[in-house]
Amino acid sequence: MSEPTTAAITLNIDGADVTVPSGTTILQAAGGRGCGIPTLCYGDTITPKNACRVCMVEVEGSRVLVPSCSRPVEPGMVVRTRSERVDHSRKMVLEFLGSSVDLSLTDHVDEWNAEYGADPTRYGADAATLADQPVKVDNDLYIRDYAKCILCYQCVDACGEQWQNSFVIEIAGRGFDSRVSTENDVSLPDSACVYCGNCIQVCPTGALMFKSEYDMRSAGTWDEEHQTVVDTICAFCGVGCNLSLHVQDNTIVKVMSPSDSSITHGNLCVKGRFGFQHAQNRP
Amino acid sequence: MVGLATVFGAGGGTSSYAEAEIADVIVMWGSNARNAHPIYFHHVLKAVNAGARLYVVDPRHSETAQFADRWLGLNVGTDIALAHTIAREIISAGLVHRAFIERATVGFDEFAAYVDDWTLERGEAVTGVPADAIRELAHAYATANAAQLCWTLGITEHHNGVDNVLSLCNLALLTGQVGRPGAGLSPLRGQNNVQGGGDMGALPNKLPGFQDIVDDLARAKFEAEWGVEVPAENGWHLTQMFEAMERGDLRSVFVIGENPAQSEADSQHATHLLESLDHLVVLDIYLTKTAQLADVVLPGSASWCESDGTVTNSERRVQRVRKALDPPGEARDDIDILLAVAERLGQRWHYDTHEDIWDELRRLSPMHAGMSWQRLDELGGIQWPCYSDDRIEPSYLHGRLWADDPAERGRLAPFSVVHDEPPVEALDDVYPLRLTTGRRLDSYNTGVQSGGFSSPNRMGETIDVSPEDASLMRITEGELVAISSRRGTIHAPARIDRGLRPGLVFMTMHFPDEVDVNVITIDATDPKAGTAEFKACAVRIDKLPVDIPLAAAGD
Amino acid sequence: MDLKTRAAPPTDAEREAVESVLGPTPERSLRDVRGGHALKAKRHLLLPTLHAVNDRVGWISQEAIDHIAERLDASPAEVYGVASFYALFSMTERPAHQVHVCVDLACRANGALDEHDLPPGAHPSPCLGVCEQAPAAFVIDAGHVAQGVVAGHVTPVQIATWTAGATPSSADQPFRATAVPQAGDPSLVLLRRAGRIDPLSLDAYLGDGGFTALARAREVGPEGVIARVKEAGLTGRGGAAFPTAVKWDAVRTQAATPHYLVCNADESEPGTFKDRTLIENDPYALIEAMSIAALAIGATEAFIYLRGEYPRAEATLHHALAECRARGLLGHVGSEGFDISLRRGAGAYICGEETAIFNSIEGFRGEPRNKPPFPFQVGLFGKPTVVNNVETLYNVPGIVLHDGPANRRLFCVSGAVRVPGVYEVELGVTLGGLIDLAGGMREGSELQAVLLGGAAGGFAGPADLDLPLTPDATRAEGLTLGSGVVMVHDQHVDLVDQLRRIAAFFRDESCGQCVPCRVGTVRQEEAVERLAHGIDGTADGTVDLALLRDIGQAMKDASICGLGQTAANAIESAVVRLGVFR
Ligand SMILES: Cc1cc2nc3c(=O)[nH]c(=O)nc-3n(C[C@H](O)[C@H](O)[C@H](O)COP(=O)(O)O)c2cc1C
Ligand code: SF4
Ligand code: SF4
Ligand code: SF4
Ligand code: FES
Ligand code: FES
Repeated sequence: MSEPTTAAITLNIDGADVTVPSGTTILQAAGGRGCGIPTLCYGDTITPKNACRVCMVEVEGSRVLVPSCSRPVEPGMVVRTRSERVDHSRKMVLEFLGSSVDLSLTDHVDEWNAEYGADPTRYGADAATLADQPVKVDNDLYIRDYAKCILCYQCVDACGEQWQNSFVIEIAGRGFDSRVSTENDVSLPDSACVYCGNCIQVCPTGALMFKSEYDMRSAGTWDEEHQTVVDTICAFCGVGCNLSLHVQDNTIVKVMSPSDSSITHGNLCVKGRFGFQHAQNRP
Repeated sequence: MVGLATVFGAGGGTSSYAEAEIADVIVMWGSNARNAHPIYFHHVLKAVNAGARLYVVDPRHSETAQFADRWLGLNVGTDIALAHTIAREIISAGLVHRAFIERATVGFDEFAAYVDDWTLERGEAVTGVPADAIRELAHAYATANAAQLCWTLGITEHHNGVDNVLSLCNLALLTGQVGRPGAGLSPLRGQNNVQGGGDMGALPNKLPGFQDIVDDLARAKFEAEWGVEVPAENGWHLTQMFEAMERGDLRSVFVIGENPAQSEADSQHATHLLESLDHLVVLDIYLTKTAQLADVVLPGSASWCESDGTVTNSERRVQRVRKALDPPGEARDDIDILLAVAERLGQRWHYDTHEDIWDELRRLSPMHAGMSWQRLDELGGIQWPCYSDDRIEPSYLHGRLWADDPAERGRLAPFSVVHDEPPVEALDDVYPLRLTTGRRLDSYNTGVQSGGFSSPNRMGETIDVSPEDASLMRITEGELVAISSRRGTIHAPARIDRGLRPGLVFMTMHFPDEVDVNVITIDATDPKAGTAEFKACAVRIDKLPVDIPLAAAGD
Repeated sequence: MDLKTRAAPPTDAEREAVESVLGPTPERSLRDVRGGHALKAKRHLLLPTLHAVNDRVGWISQEAIDHIAERLDASPAEVYGVASFYALFSMTERPAHQVHVCVDLACRANGALDEHDLPPGAHPSPCLGVCEQAPAAFVIDAGHVAQGVVAGHVTPVQIATWTAGATPSSADQPFRATAVPQAGDPSLVLLRRAGRIDPLSLDAYLGDGGFTALARAREVGPEGVIARVKEAGLTGRGGAAFPTAVKWDAVRTQAATPHYLVCNADESEPGTFKDRTLIENDPYALIEAMSIAALAIGATEAFIYLRGEYPRAEATLHHALAECRARGLLGHVGSEGFDISLRRGAGAYICGEETAIFNSIEGFRGEPRNKPPFPFQVGLFGKPTVVNNVETLYNVPGIVLHDGPANRRLFCVSGAVRVPGVYEVELGVTLGGLIDLAGGMREGSELQAVLLGGAAGGFAGPADLDLPLTPDATRAEGLTLGSGVVMVHDQHVDLVDQLRRIAAFFRDESCGQCVPCRVGTVRQEEAVERLAHGIDGTADGTVDLALLRDIGQAMKDASICGLGQTAANAIESAVVRLGVFR
């Protein structure tokens, strides 16, 4: 029988006893994101698919390493967040991804490569890669650069059952040929996409990007240092969705939504996500 | 809001969005939330994906209906008939919540007697919905642990919109589906901050916080704070204002952020009345069609990103809007403009900050008293009522109705005996098609704001017709046709929509510059709320003459 | 679902194929439509529906995808995502006549054409599960009555005629019992009916003591059955050797209902053909065994997930299930009774993994699930579920009828032996003893290596002939019995070439879900290729050998499922035990 979620569970992490409510994951018990355990496919608003395997830890008694982002704690668990095996597998995951896709816009990767001694170049210039595919620009609102995609499944889950329920993009193919795709890879305008941008919101790698950001980056004018982020409320209907406006030079350059909003959980519709242009295109 | 206030005394949705997630039956009535309120619908889908059943009542098999366990495609304007039939079925199947009715309501017997002849058979005959579907919805709603009943403009934009709402409230009273977590009535506001406007007293009969203008005590409080006398009589609502213009009693109008020249049903007439005013002032962020008629235009700011303040959403949550941009050119903050106007009118209003204005409201409106800006920031907004700054009230309203203590229970909720009335405009041989209107996902109202971005899905205005009607009239996809009502004729391309049945046609009102749908809609309005009947008028469709070479047509 | 309506409707053939599984296309209703949960509950029919279209037309068009999506309240992208997971489906147009030629280990060891030497129009295929007849090919003719024939001992000339449009006759199929060299031996338990009893006759089965074990099981009840299975010490024969009674009892005692039973007949481990042999020769025994297992765990519904490349086993089971239903031995009466649905895989080794099989049956991509929760808690359709291998289940009737240890095991002996086939032996026979049983080495062959347990297993060498073939003894040697593969390689086989194939197999069959396996299997293959071609800069290959170790360790430690966790085993054992690449 599963215990009520309020029950407290005590486990040992890196030698220290920790007591947390049952249902907590090892990662949360260890302090959540930023506690030192790297994460890639784990996001704020999506139940993790635990596909990237960079957050693995050692649990005593377990034959294999364990994904800390999704394994619930158990009483008496003994967890090591660093060990030779742990470090080795993190290093290899970073190398596997670094040698097959473009991680240049993925947060923390340089830092982690240094920490775990990952060298994605050691697989040679002929190593199979997905980083050389062209960017998909098929509409004026957002672009898809799957050369950067780590297949974290978050966009698929955001577009699918976890939030948007549009199911416009899915993982297609198998193995190294797996990719995020519409049916038969039709363009977004030919798909049922409603341009809510909830996939962009969760993408950790910059593979999905506002066209405005993409254009500014291409032109060399994207300047995150000089951007402000202001939270406000969408004006397009009575639901009251929370917006985070990213502003550069008195111009909105992209719109996200706070993942902790009880209304949106980070999600918007096309009007909230892309309707901002009306404010600044006034005649 | 009028309907809910009549029954429960407060004009706001009774539940929070998150409560939709714990409901096990959800009825979306006259609401295409998938398009019009997509993020509210996310909460509904959470429940659905966890096993809740979804019923959608809508003349069209809409985008929302695609998700339904059962869609009930009623005839336009037969909502009350359907509600009565459901009520009758709930009563005759013995599914009423006796204890709740006895304790919390008045007028049950009269109501039960009134709806008694709304049998399933009669309901089917009037609404067109199969009796078995009505029965299923009635039983599901009545036997749910917690049911949500949601509606939007499909209910309110009728000449009898308030009666429609009252008839839905009856269902909640019958079954006790209100005043409990997850059980409630949720009207979804079409416009940003409609709720907030009401909260702030932008209603002809209310002061901020829904305090009656005719209430001497309430007025005295405001008079003391403001140092002026507040007239003790109700003002006019929009329809009454137009009537007053018609009569010549209203000669000067100050329009703030509205576009009545395009948004009113029968817009030609509305434009004519605005033109004939002595003085028209428009404060807007665009030079709208209305602004083009004005004597003075005051360029304002986009409140959601160029100013600081608050808005209230459909779950009564007051949230902060914040300034992210400086308004362009000579545009100014709306509050600055209002202060300046007041000054010209001889009133020196002094506030150091926008927050000062808010704090004044908190002093005057008990339901906002506990909402300091700091608290709004910390808590991600607060639902009203919030009487005190050390407490949060339950997320649902009217829990009092379940109280044991009659004093705590307060005013009992009345059942409403409302009459089923067909749409004002009947169909006939000349205008045999029922036109109803609605929204598309990527556009908003008259399109002024949503026109600013390039949506790959935007298709412009169309006249949507069923495949059957299209083939009967020999209309093809994209063909430009004439749509006429008793008031005028417009042209639009046809779009064939399998979600429509024969006899029913659909348009949006998002593209008035290309196709002014309000030329043909009817301006019959609800006497109680002043909402226009956008949802039902009689039209005909004619093919436009085209020169087809006879030889080509022949073989 | 947000629907985007594309103009083109499906063809009549596509629509009919869809209707053959989902029933008539409903009329457009103008007043009330039932959708939502009722439609979504049909999602598990997606894979059968895709099969129906693929069988009928030979491929699955965009229009067919849209139509299927609409019928199942799924999105076209979801349908495409599922269809593109399986090797037997094509979303681009192709001829109705398709030739799949096995290029896998046993066939290579028996002179099969190399992937690169196939004539145009022939598709390379992983092991077709007829390794005793290697080399093998599988010819499919889509159409009104789709036909599939698996032929053994194929020659390049035959392949050329088939790719030119001819279809092998059923005479090209090996006899059912050919795979059982011991057929008729009275000491056989699991294989005792092979070649003796007509597999297409329920009466023959009943006449041979059929369904007496089920009757006995009803007498002793669920707990009695489980006690016997426990007593017999039955462990899983699908590869993991987990105690069967433990699984059964865990499901039996779960509060959540219903409980499900899944028979894992996906048999895709290269070199494995025992489950096919059992089903083709004695189908009713599987039905009886499943009836007993269902009784024990409290299930009223079961599935057999049969690999897609087994047309004769499928026809045999179809026939047997229909007969049993007709005689009231299967079928629901109201909520009572027990029935078995037959599901066909579509070319994905990973779907034999015990949680991937759930996703595949449910109509999703066959990706393994994260564990915990385990299948006994949250399995098929989210309910407590037992997954058992075919051979495991064949042990059950005997255990229920006669007390005594479950100590018979099947081995799939292929390669350079005189009489390849499925051998039933008492647990404890040595590797050398088994090879002798199979007639010893072929004329002129000398033992070079034995692949034990399949591609996920490992290599033994000539020094291991005395190794007893028991789980414990093999484990002690760092080897595994796995699914009972004993693939004998003689001196003519290029082991490096076999390792290249093993690496390619895992690269092809990785589901792609987790990084260590998705990318690791590719990097492993690249390193093996470099070593095979001597491209490594260092003469002794130390850099790539070290890389292989690094990759293997990460796949073992960090992959989600058994595929990634074992993808380096065989290569590692060849390097370590046999000194390949040294
Ligand atoms: C990649 C992979 C493929 C597998 N394929 C099969 C298979 O085809 N047949 C099978 O019985 N077990 C297969 N298994 C083992 C199953 O996961 C599971 O352990 C087995 O079906 C349980 O049944 P048993 O206890 O009766 O052996 C596979 C495992 C993995 C990791
Ligand atoms: S924009 Fe929205 S609908 Fe389109 S793919 Fe992304 S999540 Fe799906
Ligand atoms: S596109 Fe982004 S969100 Fe989607 S799978 Fe790739 S990395 Fe993840
Ligand atoms: S180990 Fe391989 S097959 Fe298993 S889940 Fe990961 S990618 Fe898929
Ligand atoms: S972050 Fe845990 S597996 Fe990706
Ligand atoms: S049939 Fe070819 S290897 Fe098994």
